[in-house]
Amino acid sequence: MNPKTPHSIPDLTSQIRRDIVRMVTAAKSGHPGGSLGSTDFLTVLFAEFLDQDPAQWRRDGQNTDMFFLSIGHISPLYYSLLARMGYFPVKELASFRQLGSRLQGHPSVENGLPGVHVASGSLGQGLSIACGAALSKRLAGDPHRVYVLMGDGESEEGQVWEAAMFAAHHKISNLTAITDWNGQQIDGPVDEIGGVGDLNAKWTAFGWRVLECDGHNPDDIRKAYRMAAEAGDKPVMILMHTNMGQGVDFMTGSHKWHGKAPSAEQEALALAQLKETLGDF
Amino acid sequence: MTNTGNKDTRSGFGAGLYELGTINPNVVALCADLIGSLKMEKFAESFPDRFFQTGIAEANMMGVAAGLAVTGRIPFAGTFAEFATGRVYDQLRQSVCYSQANVKIAASHAGITLGEDGATHQTMEDIALARALPHMAVVNPCDYNQTRLATLAAARWEGPLYLRFGRPSVPNFTPVDGPFEIGKAWMIQPGEDLTILATGHLVWEALEALKILAQKGIRAELINIHTISPLDEKAIIESARKTGAVVTAEEHLVTGGLGEAVAGLLARHNPVPMRMVAMEEGFGQSGTPRELMDLYGLNAAGIVAKASELRLR
Repeated sequence: MNPKTPHSIPDLTSQIRRDIVRMVTAAKSGHPGGSLGSTDFLTVLFAEFLDQDPAQWRRDGQNTDMFFLSIGHISPLYYSLLARMGYFPVKELASFRQLGSRLQGHPSVENGLPGVHVASGSLGQGLSIACGAALSKRLAGDPHRVYVLMGDGESEEGQVWEAAMFAAHHKISNLTAITDWNGQQIDGPVDEIGGVGDLNAKWTAFGWRVLECDGHNPDDIRKAYRMAAEAGDKPVMILMHTNMGQGVDFMTGSHKWHGKAPSAEQEALALAQLKETLGDF
Repeated sequence: MTNTGNKDTRSGFGAGLYELGTINPNVVALCADLIGSLKMEKFAESFPDRFFQTGIAEANMMGVAAGLAVTGRIPFAGTFAEFATGRVYDQLRQSVCYSQANVKIAASHAGITLGEDGATHQTMEDIALARALPHMAVVNPCDYNQTRLATLAAARWEGPLYLRFGRPSVPNFTPVDGPFEIGKAWMIQPGEDLTILATGHLVWEALEALKILAQKGIRAELINIHTISPLDEKAIIESARKTGAVVTAEEHLVTGGLGEAVAGLLARHNPVPMRMVAMEEGFGQSGTPRELMDLYGLNAAGIVAKASELRLR
């Protein structure tokens, strides 16, 4: 089932959530809420769908699937997932946000961290880059897919819609975009802050094939990834319904943990809810 | 050095890009609804698979270019210089430079010589913006032949590169085969009395200025600084040591341009009296290229005046 890992999805996601909480607490900064919320569907993508050998990872992504993280602030999840999948040593997670670390606050390529193709953090830019990579694969006759993870709050950025128009116009069908639709952004609920509104209607109107999915249900997630990869002439958007902070009860469903580190007491409370399955870093 | 006939530098880019298309299958091109203005038609028609029309969406274009670059292509992303810097600065910073993406920014219609369109499109700040970006090379060729060579060289250069050129027909005077090497200043005429460092459309004006200065008995040295970043520090310091006085000449604001780059370099290594031929402040306005160059003193007379100031100290 999991070609890249001997571990089950529940074991992986529980450990990754522990890593997220511990990394952010140790760094006294970072973005736990979105990281926890995206854990389930991103783990399923990396463990079961992304055609990529961590040991042979190449920045140019030749003859493999490619993943781009547009919402660079959920780096705790990204780094933990990459480490737990074998892209780099798990012990390196302890260096998150420390001086000299490859695990910068937001992802960087400057120190050659395996798994990271481009820098991200300033929002709105990842979909455009994914479009370029997908065009490059089409040009090369490489049948692999390009994945990009975006945020619902991020779709307030104008560049997202430039890229949305571009991808449909150029029929970039080897592209699966994912929006983590958790309904929260730093200042509050997305519907109160930016008026993002009906994302399904918007992406459909822009010429995309749109799928909706329970972003915490592995079977539903698998179904969505399979459907997205079916042949067609449109780019595909999967709208993942999630809860920000999923897995830690006092963080769930609130924007208040978007960009805040837990105290030592809060960390203990959170870790008590998350089983250590693979061994802490 | 003689004018072999007026031509626009953007056509030098178009010619170079087409040549690249024929010799390097990794070269791809993008344009934000300005194919004709950037003379990209021949590439677009000859290599339709490798050409991407992005529409009027420059931020997306720079991101798509970054994605193409990361996967091994050599993208040339073309638009007007104003939209290639000011409009997309964060995309250049994060998706291109910080991501170490080998993107070539083709920035046309730079400077005041855009003329009649007026200040909305006449960027006089783009060199400052581009050279502030880590990893970004900044190249500002002076005529058709040099722009063609710079385009060919840009594809061989590893890393992000800002290639700045213009719209007006101007003298084409540099040899068809160079010399041209990115990062290496070109000594056009050695001299003893003062150094003129000129870039872009001001190089021809500097050649005209040399003649006038010679009549006044001033033997000026003329060096073409086509690459503003990385600056050829050795050539500039050596010349300043020799002549003891430097005039810079560029079609750009004083702020952050060639003049300030040279001043910063010489302040650290070999301070000498300097004058800058550049637009002093503010925005441009509508007019013919010639009228505007004359109004703001970006011409041979302006160079002679600044050189004379140094000589009369």
